[in-house]
Amino acid sequence: MIDIIMAIVFVLVAPVIGGLVAGIDRKVTAHMQGRVGPSVFQPFWDVGKLFEKENAVVNETQIFYAICYVLFMAFTGALFFSGGDLLLVIFALTLSQVFLVLGAFAANSPYSYVGAERELLQIMAYEPMVILTAVGMFVATRSFNVADIATTTIPVVLLIPGIFLGFLYTLTIKLRKSPFDISTSHHAHQEIVKGVTTEFSGPSLGLIEITHWYETVLLLGFLYLFFGWNPLLAVVAVIVLYLLEILIDNTNARMRWQFAVKSAWLVALVAGFINLAALYFLSGGVS
Amino acid sequence: MTYLAKSPWIFHYDASSCNGCDIEILACLTPMYDVERFGIINTGNPKHADIFVVTGSINEANREVIQNLYNQMPDPKVVVAVGICACSGGVFRECYNVAGGIDKLIPVDVYVPGCAARPESIIDGIVTALGVLEEKRSKNIHSKVVTDHERPERHNHAQGGAQ
Amino acid sequence: MQFVQLLVFLILFPLIAAFFLLIARKDLEREWIVKLSALAIGIVSVYLLITTYDKGTLLISAIPAEPTGLVMFILEMLIAVYILYLGIKHKKWLVVGLILVQSVMMLYFELVYSHSVHVQANLFSDELSIIMALIIGIIGSLICVYSLGYMKFFHEHHPEMPDKRTWFFGTMFLFLSGMFGLVFSNNIIWVYFFWEITTLCSFLLIGYTKTEEATNNAFLALWMNLLGGIAFAGAIIWLAMFGNGIMGLDALTTSGKVIALIPAALIGFAGLTKAAQLPFSAWLVGAMVAPTPVSALLHSSTMVKAGVYIIVRFAPVFDSTVTGYMIAMVGALTFLLASGIAISQSNAKRVLAYSTIANLGLIVACAGIGTYEAIWAAILLIVFHAISKSLLFLATGTVEHRIKSREIDDMNGLIVRMPKIAAMMVIGIAGMFLLPFGMLISKWAAIRAFIDAPYGFVFVIMLAFGSALTLFFWAKWMGKIIAVTSDSKNIEGEVDRSEWAALVSLAGLTFVTTLVFPMLSTHLLEPFLMTNYGHIAQLSQDNIIIMILMLFLLMVMPLSILLPKHKHRHLAPYMGGRTTTADMRFSGSLGVQKKTVLSNYYLQDWFGEKKLKSWGIWLCSAVICIMILSAVFRVVM
Repeated sequence: MIDIIMAIVFVLVAPVIGGLVAGIDRKVTAHMQGRVGPSVFQPFWDVGKLFEKENAVVNETQIFYAICYVLFMAFTGALFFSGGDLLLVIFALTLSQVFLVLGAFAANSPYSYVGAERELLQIMAYEPMVILTAVGMFVATRSFNVADIATTTIPVVLLIPGIFLGFLYTLTIKLRKSPFDISTSHHAHQEIVKGVTTEFSGPSLGLIEITHWYETVLLLGFLYLFFGWNPLLAVVAVIVLYLLEILIDNTNARMRWQFAVKSAWLVALVAGFINLAALYFLSGGVS
Repeated sequence: MTYLAKSPWIFHYDASSCNGCDIEILACLTPMYDVERFGIINTGNPKHADIFVVTGSINEANREVIQNLYNQMPDPKVVVAVGICACSGGVFRECYNVAGGIDKLIPVDVYVPGCAARPESIIDGIVTALGVLEEKRSKNIHSKVVTDHERPERHNHAQGGAQ
Repeated sequence: MQFVQLLVFLILFPLIAAFFLLIARKDLEREWIVKLSALAIGIVSVYLLITTYDKGTLLISAIPAEPTGLVMFILEMLIAVYILYLGIKHKKWLVVGLILVQSVMMLYFELVYSHSVHVQANLFSDELSIIMALIIGIIGSLICVYSLGYMKFFHEHHPEMPDKRTWFFGTMFLFLSGMFGLVFSNNIIWVYFFWEITTLCSFLLIGYTKTEEATNNAFLALWMNLLGGIAFAGAIIWLAMFGNGIMGLDALTTSGKVIALIPAALIGFAGLTKAAQLPFSAWLVGAMVAPTPVSALLHSSTMVKAGVYIIVRFAPVFDSTVTGYMIAMVGALTFLLASGIAISQSNAKRVLAYSTIANLGLIVACAGIGTYEAIWAAILLIVFHAISKSLLFLATGTVEHRIKSREIDDMNGLIVRMPKIAAMMVIGIAGMFLLPFGMLISKWAAIRAFIDAPYGFVFVIMLAFGSALTLFFWAKWMGKIIAVTSDSKNIEGEVDRSEWAALVSLAGLTFVTTLVFPMLSTHLLEPFLMTNYGHIAQLSQDNIIIMILMLFLLMVMPLSILLPKHKHRHLAPYMGGRTTTADMRFSGSLGVQKKTVLSNYYLQDWFGEKKLKSWGIWLCSAVICIMILSAVFRVVM
């Protein structure tokens, strides 16, 4: 069941796709703002540059956490794309996120500290919805295995529209897009400098960038699952939804973290509850 | 060409500028000039930056800060002094509270004079800086940690004991 | 029969040890008695596992009920008189009232019904008992060993406290004896007796320091547990009156809902008080005034585990009844609210206390739902929680003695100041909420169990929110510990050998149990589920392999520190351009030096203790009322 080849393919190819997505994101953003914008390959050059730089650190443990972050993120993605258990994927994702937070804490610096606490708040905000997403998919397809969900003939998104909308909401948080770029942002210089990544520089920062690429691909994979019964539709949907995220990013100001947490919870509670309850009662109470 | 020249991240510090040059730097980011075309990003963090862009001249309040920010940038790094104040102190150079251009404190690689410096010349200065950056990388030049010899007591004060 | 002797040994041996500890006057004697007894108890409980794990349920009728029962009754009455005396002495009229009610009930039972009770087997053992015995025998004894070093240090640094260590260790071992008795008793009257022993021991240990606060909190724990005791006594009387005198756990759980539901609800209520579920959470938080090993014992291997043990025992009765769902609801609400309150706490021991309450809530929720999958999750939670929580308490105790504080913010940079203990603490925290470790496996199992249960989606949503809250408070604590402060020196010094032995063993257990968890599941949990539910729950082979892979990754990664590496340039943290000293001081305006202080987020406005607790008390009290009423309604109608 666990497809090792897919896992290897993910580890090798995901950074390329993720980097391109980031590049296209910047290009589209620039066009939305009436600018030309950088090349779509700019993210690769950025990371290449970071690896040419000196690895200056506050202390060595940061490098350790950065390596763990990328390692477990790649592991999580590999698990997902090889068709593993969705709940296991979610927990592994949390583990890797915690490593980023620990790296920020380890520096013992005010700005990365604020970033770390906000990153934790952010995880706390999206975690319920992400778990409910897995649960919803299980209720819809009777399986936790990504392999089964991706190849199901059931139109998953039609069964769990509420959970889909809720997931879309938290996706903005997970992709660190405005209005929820609260823990690290290119634009929040005044309040948090660079949040969690403030104290990372050079190669360790490069590792974190690569991890974000892995994460983007993994999240797009999550989106794909909602439309798994029709691959063509799924690919189109993923593209459209990502463009929607870019639009949201460019048309919203950054909100306070209180709003991020409260609204994400409210969405998870309302959308998750109504959707799961409806599914439960419509299927005659037989789960 | 290496990646370094394709992705220069700058860090902008307003030393004691009248904000004229700062406005011009920000103008570079607008759709009109759009320096992100060249991969230039204005980071808010010296630890992520390759190019240190300083406007305004050195005075008592900021000399410690400039020196600290410079030391916190990872190698290879270059300094661009934007505006005549940053280059030499400009019209303020005789002021009682101004020590002069920032090269009094940290090594400056590129001077962009002007009052205020125009966006075109700023971009030109940064492109020139890329050459210096590339040279520093290929020759593996490590920048020295700068300490403020003019004001040793101030430096010691920061190192000093608790109150 | 050898097997009987094993059980009797486990129940009586700690008692003998307790006796010797009471008469031992010298430190050295005490140390040896504790160490040897702990070793013996640990070895015998493992030996019990080895000899009986494949034997299923074993009933023992060799022990005569009549004389033993009489002795127990007399002891119960003596305990009641003692508590009555203390209650009057300290003017705790609530306790006096409760103990009187309880004694009258038991007296009535003894005089009227005791002759009509027939229990085939008074003692028994099955896989659940063995698991509980292992927890008590290994973790409980490790805590006793740890206490040696801790209490020595405690009294050296608190000369104003009377040194009553003889009492202390005697009570600890009495506690272990009571717990062994509880998990091996089949006769409910015997369970009740041991139940009261644990109540008494916890009362004595919480009040150990004799300060006013300690005494008050001890009485708080006492009255709440006595309330549970009354419910328990009520269950016994009900069984004697309407239950045809069925008093064996084995017979009771299979006797059908009409007979068993009301006593099960009453005993479930008793379990809720002992497991410190809302609205009874206050006693466990109050118990924090006791020396740390006591907290560790109460929280991990004894006392609260007795509460959830009894609910798990009665789970087959609760299966798909409103009563069961209401118990589950109390648990789920407690999980959610206590996790929230834990975020707002800055005191390490209080965070641990609320986390215990929360996790017990999750166990109760699983047990109340009572499907085979849920029970599987519940037992896993009991095991893994005991290990990680005791490790955390003991590490916190050791840290507390060195930094003279229980505040999490004072633990900043612990990894520099005392790397070894900090590593233990990090393992403990990781064990509580990160992936390859047991607690997360159990949570995962709980999610799956909830989905498959009727109305499970309500519980799934509560679990999803609760575990997000859990993540926040653990991760921020972990962040505090691993922050590398550049100015700190290593002040770890010599850790007491007994403390160190307990810490290392528990940290090792965290890893080992995660590794052998599939075996634990196949050899102990699956047979237990098979006999009681006719189904087995397990994780798929693939997932187990993946998790073992992750565990190895996690174990190998820290070894990278040993690799030779080139020096990196060290920069000071970014302070907005300010020059800072090594200890993070900077000159602020007018040249005044300021110290950088970093503190966690506690989100008092959202998760303040007062607010959430009052909500929890009202909600859970209402749910408990519904629980009892629904049982009565179901039986009467």
